Amino acid sequence: MITKVLMPKLSEAMETGKVIKWLKKEGDPVKGGDVIAEIETDKANVEIEAFGSGALRKIIVDAGGQVPVGELIAIIADPADDISAVSAAPQKPAAPAAAPAAPAPAAPGAASTAAPPLPAMETYQSTPATSRVVPMTPSIAPAAAPATRRVKASPLAKKIAAQGGVDLRLVQGSGPGGRIVRRDVEAALSAPRPAPAAAPAPAAAVAAPRPAFVVPPRPGAEFEDMALSPMRAAIAKQMPLSKAPVPHFYVTSEIAMDRAWELRSELNALEGQPRVSVTDMVIKACALALLKNPGVNASFRSDPQGAAIRVHHRAHIGIAVALEQGLITPVLRDVDVKPLSQIAAEWRDLAERARAQKLRVQELSGATFSISNLGMFDVDEFSAIINPPEGAILAVGAVVEKPVVQDGEIRVGRRMKVTLSCDHRVMDGATGARFLQDLKRLLEEPLRLLL
Amino acid sequence: MTPHKFDVVVVGTGPGGYVSAIRCAQLGFSVAAIEDDRPGGVCLNWGCIPTKALLRNAEIVNLFQRAEEFGIAVKEWQADYTQAIQRSRRVADRMAKGVEFLFRKNKVTLFPGTGSLKGLSAVEVRSPSGVATLEGTAIILATGSEPKSLPGVSIDEKTVISSNGAVRNEGKPRSLIVIGAGAVGMEFADVYGAYGVEVVVLEALPRILPLEDEEVSAQITRIFSRRGMTIRTGVKVKSVSAGGEGIEVEVDVPGKSERLRAEQVLMAVGRAARTRGLGLERLGVALERGFVKVSPTMETSVKGIYAIGDMAGNQLLAHKAMAEGVVAAEAIAGRAPRPVDYANVPSCTYCRPQVASIGLTEAGAKANGREVTIGKFPFTANGKAVAMGETEGFLKVVADKSTGELLGVHIVGPEATELIHEFAVGRTLEATLEEIIHTIHAHPTLSEASLEATLAALGQAIHI
Repeated sequence: MITKVLMPKLSEAMETGKVIKWLKKEGDPVKGGDVIAEIETDKANVEIEAFGSGALRKIIVDAGGQVPVGELIAIIADPADDISAVSAAPQKPAAPAAAPAAPAPAAPGAASTAAPPLPAMETYQSTPATSRVVPMTPSIAPAAAPATRRVKASPLAKKIAAQGGVDLRLVQGSGPGGRIVRRDVEAALSAPRPAPAAAPAPAAAVAAPRPAFVVPPRPGAEFEDMALSPMRAAIAKQMPLSKAPVPHFYVTSEIAMDRAWELRSELNALEGQPRVSVTDMVIKACALALLKNPGVNASFRSDPQGAAIRVHHRAHIGIAVALEQGLITPVLRDVDVKPLSQIAAEWRDLAERARAQKLRVQELSGATFSISNLGMFDVDEFSAIINPPEGAILAVGAVVEKPVVQDGEIRVGRRMKVTLSCDHRVMDGATGARFLQDLKRLLEEPLRLLL
Repeated sequence: MTPHKFDVVVVGTGPGGYVSAIRCAQLGFSVAAIEDDRPGGVCLNWGCIPTKALLRNAEIVNLFQRAEEFGIAVKEWQADYTQAIQRSRRVADRMAKGVEFLFRKNKVTLFPGTGSLKGLSAVEVRSPSGVATLEGTAIILATGSEPKSLPGVSIDEKTVISSNGAVRNEGKPRSLIVIGAGAVGMEFADVYGAYGVEVVVLEALPRILPLEDEEVSAQITRIFSRRGMTIRTGVKVKSVSAGGEGIEVEVDVPGKSERLRAEQVLMAVGRAARTRGLGLERLGVALERGFVKVSPTMETSVKGIYAIGDMAGNQLLAHKAMAEGVVAAEAIAGRAPRPVDYANVPSCTYCRPQVASIGLTEAGAKANGREVTIGKFPFTANGKAVAMGETEGFLKVVADKSTGELLGVHIVGPEATELIHEFAVGRTLEATLEEIIHTIHAHPTLSEASLEATLAALGQAIHI
């Protein structure tokens, strides 16, 4: 797969940008989310990240070069890919003739109304025969995302779900042993459909190369413009205010969740206790890790009298909830002093009311740190955008069973990847790394969550 | 006198009270149970159990009447009503002793006497032998209900009797007017009818068994009328008075008023919660339409005081009370019990043929805006029923047209009260028509009617 790296449009006013520095050399391997270069705009210096994986095959605009927005500045591709066609191609390619029905790739400028992170990449399939464009806005195909796992649901719940188009894998069961029953599906039907909105994961789901085929004329409009919902408009406005001016860097860690998983099963076997989810345990662990690492529980204050870093002494944690029309981040307050059972009960209530859109205004503000969990969509790993003025956000992937090496032997273990996005103005890599170390220790020795 | 201390004090030992007492004991509590009558309450002593014994007699009388049909010549036989009552008393005694045995086994202390609340955790027990005070961290009230009458009519248990009198009276009248055609009225009408009493049933509503599906009411009306019983619906009773040798009932029928005479009147117009003298007002325990108001875990408006069974409203049924007793006990133990699902309580009438139902009637489902599909199967087409010679009745399934959800099931026929549980389990598990039809039903059984009615709802019935 070939990914074109274009000069990003980082604000409405931006017309040209200057490459300050390449952080990768030609030939360096890169993967989605890697920071590859620093760009200078009229307002700030920003890091840009790779949306495609492979190697940085060719740098077209060297450090110091200034080019208009949308200009090709580099190419990411697999080492085996032939990039000569792309590097020679016009900068704003028209839709390939072989696939007239495919939506034309939006120029980066036009993308400002789409997803918050302004992607500076266009992704090409490397098959010479078609060289089809895939939409460059990262998106997740929910239908393909969750892997198959057994869904415990009543026959009636299954039928109502099938008729209403509800994916039972995304529904939390309230029946005995977590069985999904009618009321759960009905609640899911009446609530806004969860949409993986906060997912800047690379759109790598490209089908295997296949021969070109002729698309017959297709009736109906080729596209439609949808008015932004107020929530989407707010996200569209807010996220670039984060991603562009806040210099993100990312720290990823893999956590052994075997013991946490067992503890959770044991807790959930106790009668009369609220059910505890992995999210609840992560929330609790974050709160404890934040107390130990106040540098992460901090925010950057730009003030005319002089900037400051505000360190928070309480852990108020925002947790992203996906809704059909966007996402919302209700805030669980004083998590550091609440027992796990309380967190489980409160979070469940907040999440339910968030889906029912019955949150109070004060429940939506005041977070000192945020968590975004896409584990339920079977996402392994992703990186999230910081919610200003917070200084960091933790992106949580799914708990997956995989082979792990332990005492020199290969065993099956449960692992979960978490990525901390940090505001570099507030903290450095080591600060974030120490936080993750503590978080890892808390989740790997989960009895600490109960102390 | 020093109070006796217990973890839980249960007032009343009917099906709600004794079950909650035993469950509390199983959960490790020390438990006291107070009873002003006999352990087992109305259900075991004066209601469910003795009437089932009498109805069994009625069934056997009916079989003797039909002996010839089975090729059995019985030259002379007699059905002695006095002995029927005596047998039912023996049955009731045995069941009441069973409760006493279970109390001993589970170390529940039984206090004979009348209980009343003396505080948030104190219950006073008064009995001829003295007064005692019991202290309980939690109190479960389960005092049940008592027969209601019509305004201005007092129940003397001689000429105007309630079910309480009917299960005790060893004599039977020549003629009887039953006021109220619910389960109690129809069961006694059946028993007395089988023993040759001339029975007239009066119902103010347009049909008998008014809570059941309309087709059920119509079928039972036909069967009872064929037996020679008079059933009059939409009839309002104006007065009940002594007249001549028996009693006179004045009724309003459209356009005129009429006087009916009989030796006895059986008042079966419903039951009212027994809450008087319990001390609820003093503690501020809230009532709602005469019943004690409770939370889904059976706690009253006063923390630590629970109420279950008939006094707590909803269906006045023993099995509902037992389910509530378990919920209350587990709530007290700090477990998070699943609340009783009042929409999934089977309702049973043990007349011949039996009537049983669960969920919504056809009319009720339609009134709820459901688009329904109906499956009906008559017992005349069921091999086992034909072999038994019990072919009266049918099994009717009301299901949601698009999902096949089992909205309601209504049965008139042999062992209807046993057959209903297939659908009770099905509804609990949220099964749909398809799960029932993919379940192999043994042949020949009455349960095949369940399968066939379900198939009929999908337009696939084989045997009709």
